[in-house]
Amino acid sequence: MTKNNAELESRNLAAVLRDRVREVYGTGTGIDGLVRLSGGASRETWSFDALLPDGQRVPLILKRDPLDEIDPGDPDVNLGIDRWSEGRLMQLAGAAGVPAPDVPFFLDADDRTSAGFVTQRLEGEALGRRIVREDEFAQARTKLAFQCGEAAARFHSIPLDQLPPLRNLPVVAALDYNQGVIDSFKQPHAGFEYAFQWLRERSELAGDRLTLCHGDYRNGNLLVDHEGLAGVLDWELGHLGNPISDLGWICIRAWRYGYYDNPVGGFGAVEDLLEGYEIGGGGRVSLETLRFWEVFGCMRWGVICMTLAFTHLEGRERSVEKVSIGRRAVEGEYDLLQLVD
Amino acid sequence: MPTDRPNIAELVEAVREFLTDHVGPNVEGQLAFHTRVAVNALAIVERTLDQGGAMDDAELIRLKALLKQDGDLQEMNAALARAIRGGELDDQRGAVLEHLRLTAADKIALANPRYLTPRG
Repeated sequence: MTKNNAELESRNLAAVLRDRVREVYGTGTGIDGLVRLSGGASRETWSFDALLPDGQRVPLILKRDPLDEIDPGDPDVNLGIDRWSEGRLMQLAGAAGVPAPDVPFFLDADDRTSAGFVTQRLEGEALGRRIVREDEFAQARTKLAFQCGEAAARFHSIPLDQLPPLRNLPVVAALDYNQGVIDSFKQPHAGFEYAFQWLRERSELAGDRLTLCHGDYRNGNLLVDHEGLAGVLDWELGHLGNPISDLGWICIRAWRYGYYDNPVGGFGAVEDLLEGYEIGGGGRVSLETLRFWEVFGCMRWGVICMTLAFTHLEGRERSVEKVSIGRRAVEGEYDLLQLVD
Repeated sequence: MPTDRPNIAELVEAVREFLTDHVGPNVEGQLAFHTRVAVNALAIVERTLDQGGAMDDAELIRLKALLKQDGDLQEMNAALARAIRGGELDDQRGAVLEHLRLTAADKIALANPRYLTPRG
């Protein structure tokens, strides 16, 4: 993108946000400090403040689709939900007692902007490697696994009839989906094949509840402050599925940032996670069921690594980062082979 | 492959050192991150050049014993994947799992040897 385009884009967005802030917060309002935080091929994040007539500032974040058409081959697009649904999930989670940023308003796609939603900009740390390591989070780490269990129990309890339309991925469909992704690479993979067989033979262990799943519940998508869990972020892979898939995912080694002795996100113990889940109303989870979903999670991590590598290999986005991640698929393979029998 | 020096490993090593010593310190942000990624990728190539051949030989011997057939590594791995999916090796799961664990350990040793060492 040229510099001029970027400036025009930013001016257009500022105008849209000023209009929407006036609609939501009233006349005499404005915006300030609009700056783009990140933008991959599939999503843009912007930070800005709403200025209220009494001089107060409301710190906000906008997450919107990219202005260019999204590549339908992009793996994120295949599984992801639209911005309206993502913002709606965050609102529902907040209402269910999950720490989550407020979502004061949405943007509809028009000739000036793509669709998006605006959230409160909360204070806290989302970088996983800092959360597991820094002294300032030592106190938070003692509670975090319990709080993650409790929060999951709460968003798993949201009544299905309140949810926006979501992809339905109960365990067998989820296994079929992932096996299909590997098959599409035409690179037969014995280690993951073993995992698929093992998981299919034990699919009754998965549990038969069908609930909202976060879909990417892990250290890295958690906002943490000195008190512990301050927000559950990034709901774009939200779907209907077996709830314990979220608990297995938060335990896989990819999110431990080297702190392998703390299975939950590199910061906590499985017992604390499951206790929080039970006290939060999610019911008692057996270690066998959790192991099932950890094996599933390791497989899923491997599939994601391969998918990113093939984004490069098939020429959709040439990137040394994406292709290198392909070699991390073996992390998932190695770990699941220690868990299965 | 030519046997003249610099050999392949020495060329890759030179590029990795160039990225580490001369590019890395002079860039920042995304470019610095991608430089580290590139350095890691070249380190994988170096470890594979050094240890990959012996690993391949051992893997192929194990595959022949398991599948009771012959072929190159790629064919044999495809055959193993098919046999697992088809349930044809269900009577020797222990041996299959042992083979897969050894193979994965070798692949980790090439891709990211530090993975097996806790930091915390």
